[in-house]
Amino acid sequence: MTDPELARIREDFPILSREVNGKPLVYLDNAATSQKPRAVMERLDRFYARENANIHRGVHALSQAATEAYEQSRERVARFIGAPAAGQVVFTRGATEAVNLVASSLSGNLLQAGSTVLITNMEHHANIVPWQLLRDRTGIRLEVARVDDDGLLEVEDLKKKIVELKPSLLSMVYVSNSLGLVNPVREIIAFAHQHSVPVLLDCAQAVPHFPVDVQELDCEWMVFSGHKVFGPSGTGVLYGKAERLEAMPPYQGGGDMIESVSFEKTVFKGPPERFEAGTPNIAGAIGLAAALDYLDSLDREALVQHEGALLAAAREGLESLPGVRIIGNGPDKASVVSFVMDSAHPHDIASFLDVEGIAIRSGHHCTQPLMTRLGLTGTARASFAFYNSMAEVELLVRSLEKIRKFFG
Amino acid sequence: MADIEELYQEIILEHNKRPRNYGPLAGSTHQADGHNPLCGDEIKVSLVLEGDRLRSIHFQGQGCAISRASASMMTEAVAGKRITEVRRIADTVLKALQLHGPDLVLERDGELASLLGVRKFPARVKCATLGWHALLAALDGQQRISTESAGA
Ligand SMILES: Cc1ncc(COP(=O)(O)O)c(C=O)c1O
Repeated sequence: MTDPELARIREDFPILSREVNGKPLVYLDNAATSQKPRAVMERLDRFYARENANIHRGVHALSQAATEAYEQSRERVARFIGAPAAGQVVFTRGATEAVNLVASSLSGNLLQAGSTVLITNMEHHANIVPWQLLRDRTGIRLEVARVDDDGLLEVEDLKKKIVELKPSLLSMVYVSNSLGLVNPVREIIAFAHQHSVPVLLDCAQAVPHFPVDVQELDCEWMVFSGHKVFGPSGTGVLYGKAERLEAMPPYQGGGDMIESVSFEKTVFKGPPERFEAGTPNIAGAIGLAAALDYLDSLDREALVQHEGALLAAAREGLESLPGVRIIGNGPDKASVVSFVMDSAHPHDIASFLDVEGIAIRSGHHCTQPLMTRLGLTGTARASFAFYNSMAEVELLVRSLEKIRKFFG
Repeated sequence: MADIEELYQEIILEHNKRPRNYGPLAGSTHQADGHNPLCGDEIKVSLVLEGDRLRSIHFQGQGCAISRASASMMTEAVAGKRITEVRRIADTVLKALQLHGPDLVLERDGELASLLGVRKFPARVKCATLGWHALLAALDGQQRISTESAGA
């Protein structure tokens, strides 16, 4: 990407031109949440200024228009992830709620007392705790595929556990949020299917970085968060294969998810409405569609290359600093670098960078079991988006050099 | 840079690099793990209590410069004191580290006054209080305390 091209993209994100602590903001916490393009803000503004109404309920013009916009957003998301039909897209509050939805709805059918759910040692807490809650409630078993000393998934161990433990479900992350490592999920999903194991794929950190096609991956369920892919907070998506969603009972009960209600018997709607009880985040879904429109209006191949260049520069820069160690070095990595410094703790690093206007994350990144496995309590993590620049990477490296000297 | 330099004063950096009373404590009578779930940091405080006195105190564990320096200064401030006095010091420090808390002063509180820089960094207050919460928990016979359940 040329400098003028990047400058144009950066102009689409108003927050990128503000200052923090008297310095230009350098936002490198994109794995936590992404910034929003003006197109999303304008869409939200237009919705509330001109179109706001509840959906699926009114015969009046606004309600019909809002319903249509909401359902078009569902189609937009389906197109974004390559889902065969909009009806396979369920709007949720985020990736977390999507996993909880699946855990709740599979309970009592696919997952019974004694059934095994297989996860990996690099999951976000969002893909650990819902299964633990289910374990405590219903007596499922939770098993964990290993990662090695470098944080890479031990694919052979995972395959062995698929064969030996015969899990009812494999639920795993595509791209690790703490280390940025990309798992070979195509190969894993194909292997799981050979052993009749359905797969839930957590794509929260995949979709912001590269195109994801659920039909190509062939996963049974897929989840992601809208706010990490440049959309509004409070939005998320569950995709499921049609027959899987069809077989799942409701998650929450309420309005909008029923055909008819009497005190004797309530008939539920089919997917996706069955899983969207109550008034959903209408504006959020519409804003998410605007984010995806924006993203697809860019040359995504060029964005992938640009992020690749940022990652390479960050890795090279950090490796040149004595006493700095990158955690999670694998061949296939999204533009996320996690690191530790001999002389400074991740919090100290983050506080110092904050003074320079640089936002990074420090801590366990909601992956405590992974940190424990690696013998760490936390790391410092710089996570990039396509709107970050080489100059920002260079500033990060220069600032880290200063910090290193300060703590000696 | 002024605020950050106040946070990371020489004395803090020095305690971070060469923490006092660091490591396991032989014959300890009381121990507690302080845990900060926001960042995963853990500090273990071990005490030898004799009658109404804190005979000796050590700490160990993973933590940032602020939590290590604070715990290190704490051990020097409370070792050998009566338990009531230890509690009073802990109470004074915990109150002082709150946003609008009363000041610590060099003449009375010594090195501990250097912890006040943390007030301008609300996200870091829990780093500074971690060891103190662990100390109070150990005195109370608790084995584990979280900065989230203990308040700031
Ligand atoms: C890999 C992964 N899964 C799940 C989540 C949970 O997403 P949310 O908090 O938006 O529900 C995150 C967010 O940090 C994540 O990185």
